[in-house]
Amino acid sequence: MTITLNHFSAAAVFALFTSIVFGITHRETTRDMVRYGLYCFAMFLGGVLAAGWAMWLLRK
Amino acid sequence: MANSTAQKAKAAPAEPVSMMAVLAPAIGWLIPGAGHMIQKRWIRGLLLFVSIMTLFVLGLAMQGRIYKANGGDILDILGFMGDVGAGGIYILTLANDWGQGAIAFATAEYGTRFMVVAGLLNFIAVADAYHIAIGKKK
Repeated sequence: MTITLNHFSAAAVFALFTSIVFGITHRETTRDMVRYGLYCFAMFLGGVLAAGWAMWLLRK
Repeated sequence: MANSTAQKAKAAPAEPVSMMAVLAPAIGWLIPGAGHMIQKRWIRGLLLFVSIMTLFVLGLAMQGRIYKANGGDILDILGFMGDVGAGGIYILTLANDWGQGAIAFATAEYGTRFMVVAGLLNFIAVADAYHIAIGKKK
C-alpha cells in the first residue's frame, strides 16, 4: 500500500500529531495541554503558509 | 569548598529508584504511550500511541526509508538514532524488512522524515512517563 500526500497535507498531518505529543508532554494540566497543542498546531501551519508565501515572493 | 560539597551530599541522600521509574520508560519505549497507560494515564497514553504510531505507519506507507545501525555518514547515524526511538514498531519493521524506500515516489523523503520524527517524539513521551513515575509531573 502506498499513500501519496501532497506537501500541504503532509505538513498538516505532521503538525497535528506532533502538536498532540507536544501538548501532552510539555504541560501539566489538561486545559494547558489543549491550549499548548492548539498553539503548536497553529504555529506549524502558520510557519508553512508564511514560508510558502515568502518563497512565492522571492521567486517573483 | 570541598567540605561543603561533601556536607551537601550527606544531607541529601539519593532516593531509591522505584520499580515504576524503570518500567514506565522501558515499556513506553517499546510501545508508544504504554508508559503512561501503566500509570493509569489512559487518555494521554492512547493519544500518544495513536499519534506516534500513525506518523510511523504513514511514513512506511509513503515509502519512506528506515535507517539501520551504521557507522558512516553523520546524518545516517542521526537518522538511525531517531528511528530507534520508535521502539517495538522499529524492531518489527527491521524484522519484516519493511521501509526499504522507493525513490520512484516523490513523497518517499517525507515518509523517511515522518518515521524519524515519530521516534524522536517517542523519546519525549518516554521522558514524560519517567517524570510522572518519579512524581515530577502529575
